[in-house]
Amino acid sequence: MSKILIIAEHNGSELNPSTAKTVACAAEIDGAEVHVAVLAANAAAIASAAAEVDGVNKVLTIERSENEHPLAAVLAPQIVAMADAYSHIFGPSTTFGKDLMPHVAALLGVNQISDIMSVTGSHTFKRPVYAGNAIVTVSAATDATVVATVRTASFSAAGGGNSAPIEAADSNADIPSHTRFVSLQSGKTDRPDLQTAAKVVSGGRGVGSSENFGIIYALADKLGAGVGASRAAVDAGYVPNEMQVGQTGKIIAPDLYIAIGISGAIQHLTGIKDAGTIVAINKDEEAPIFEVADIGLVGDLFQIIPELTDAL
Amino acid sequence: MDKILVGLKRVVDYNVRVRVKSDGSGVDTDGVKMSINPFDEIALEEALRIKERGDASEVIVMSIGSGEAQQQLRTGLAMGADRAILVQTDAAIEPLGCARIFKAMIDKEGDVGLVLLGKQAIDDDNSQTGQMLAAIWGRPQATFASEVVLDGDKARVTREVDIGLETIEVDLPAVVTTDLRLNEPRYVKLPDIMKAKKKPLDEVPVAELGIDAGPAIEATAYEPPTERGRGVMVDDVAGLITALQDKGLV
Ligand SMILES: Cc1cc2nc3c(=O)[nH]c(=O)nc-3n(C[C@H](O)[C@H](O)[C@H](O)COP(=O)(O)OP(=O)(O)OC[C@H]3O[C@@H](n4cnc5c(N)ncnc54)[C@H](O)[C@@H]3O)c2cc1C
Ligand SMILES: Nc1ncnc2c1ncn2[C@@H]1O[C@H](COP(=O)(O)O)[C@@H](O)[C@H]1O
Repeated sequence: MSKILIIAEHNGSELNPSTAKTVACAAEIDGAEVHVAVLAANAAAIASAAAEVDGVNKVLTIERSENEHPLAAVLAPQIVAMADAYSHIFGPSTTFGKDLMPHVAALLGVNQISDIMSVTGSHTFKRPVYAGNAIVTVSAATDATVVATVRTASFSAAGGGNSAPIEAADSNADIPSHTRFVSLQSGKTDRPDLQTAAKVVSGGRGVGSSENFGIIYALADKLGAGVGASRAAVDAGYVPNEMQVGQTGKIIAPDLYIAIGISGAIQHLTGIKDAGTIVAINKDEEAPIFEVADIGLVGDLFQIIPELTDAL
Repeated sequence: MDKILVGLKRVVDYNVRVRVKSDGSGVDTDGVKMSINPFDEIALEEALRIKERGDASEVIVMSIGSGEAQQQLRTGLAMGADRAILVQTDAAIEPLGCARIFKAMIDKEGDVGLVLLGKQAIDDDNSQTGQMLAAIWGRPQATFASEVVLDGDKARVTREVDIGLETIEVDLPAVVTTDLRLNEPRYVKLPDIMKAKKKPLDEVPVAELGIDAGPAIEATAYEPPTERGRGVMVDDVAGLITALQDKGLV
């Protein structure tokens, strides 16, 4: 039988929605018993949130002051100390999970599966390669621990209402001191989180400047949407890096995605393949974004966007 | 610091839209343009800048792959690397095997102060090798770097994470993996390509290193992604709003 340990992602006080998506993936493995590990300085609030997630059988906590910030070198040995009891160890395919899980896998001496997008069997999964231009079915050895990250855009978060037991786990693993947290610069926003928002409005190089991004924000606020951007818009300094959508940014699956002044490079499209409806607004009718858009409008964004915002 | 080791993987160029072979055995790479993985070019650029500032004495580029990867190593030498190592193998090597090969070469070289790798190879999109190397080497990892500041036997690295920019301090030696905004790689000039032909490029057969690649993750079948078709075009904002209303989105 599969016994799966999921490493919870959190910000020190709240559970990240990526955890419930990872649980949803694990729950697709037949007869899986799912445990969630919360490694934190103060685990109580995060653990009770994890205990509410449907499909979780048990929550294990490791409270250590060193766990205040999620450093892979610090967390990995503690996870490895718990690993013996499990056939699978999963984390989300967010920057947290991508940083941590390969480190765990290497300490266990196994290869890792990145970005599970669907479950075929307990050791067989599908994942995207070549910026999503191919989907490969992969099989992991059945006599070794399966360590994997779960592509969060492929799974809907498991529901709430559960009340799994919470237990403290052993926390004696030796951890290194060669890696130290210094600071986090995080743009505080009242807008919906890009990775979980039902609607997202994104701007590209065509928006032209950070001042001009004001019209993107105004439309997003009218729609109650999160705001994203292309790499070109981030590189040009119009918006901060955490807004980048695509192969090397965030992979998202909102119900509605509006791409404004974005040409539709494959690296960008990788990030929005799972969106419900894609709307493209671009002055170039030949722009590749129109090949994947459900609704397209050719024209000057500086006219269209304010008009659209007013009309809504 | 003495040496900086940089990984250069030969991958399908990022402009190529690869297609799955009709028999599902893989993707078609015949006659397709191959390049240095874009993140690795950024890694090399960073290494060269560190050396040019006087903080390292030698930049070594290393690739694991077939003889054809010599091309990418020569490009790396033309960009300014001092020498190249090709760990020769015709088999596909998974990240754990790659990490163990890097570790073996670090041990062989000695005095490696920094290993700079890409945050991910754009063929398999794994994003694992740097983290695995740090784990088995027992040294710090700083992934997704957008700024690297060296300070004696330490480095301060700013990392692009989902919630913003995180800065960490690591003791050297360390593994750093690069994100796109770390720098803009230089262009190779023709005279440099000529000079690069004379720089050393050592070939090491992978068998010589006696690497255990770990339990394999076997790729059993490839399929194309479900394509999104072209939708409808609307003429104006009113048309757009109607189309959105029809779908119940506004
Ligand atoms: C390894 C690698 C990884 C990458 N990862 C990502 C990634 O994660 N995400 C990502 O987005 N990109 C990524 N890229 C970059 C990608 O290849 C493109 O360069 C980028 O997406 C282009 O951004 P853009 O569409 O905003 O800019 P452009 O391609 O310059 O397009 C701008 C568009 O705006 C339109 N426009 C201009 N003015 C107006 C106007 N007034 N009204 C309406 N339309 C207008 C133009 O017609 C054009 O189509 C990556 C590249 C590489 C090499
Ligand atoms: N075959 C290889 N040869 C050289 N470097 C590699 C190889 N495979 C991976 N790397 C390095 O590891 C990084 C991450 O690769 P990956 O873990 O496969 O996504 C790449 O950007 C390279 O710097």
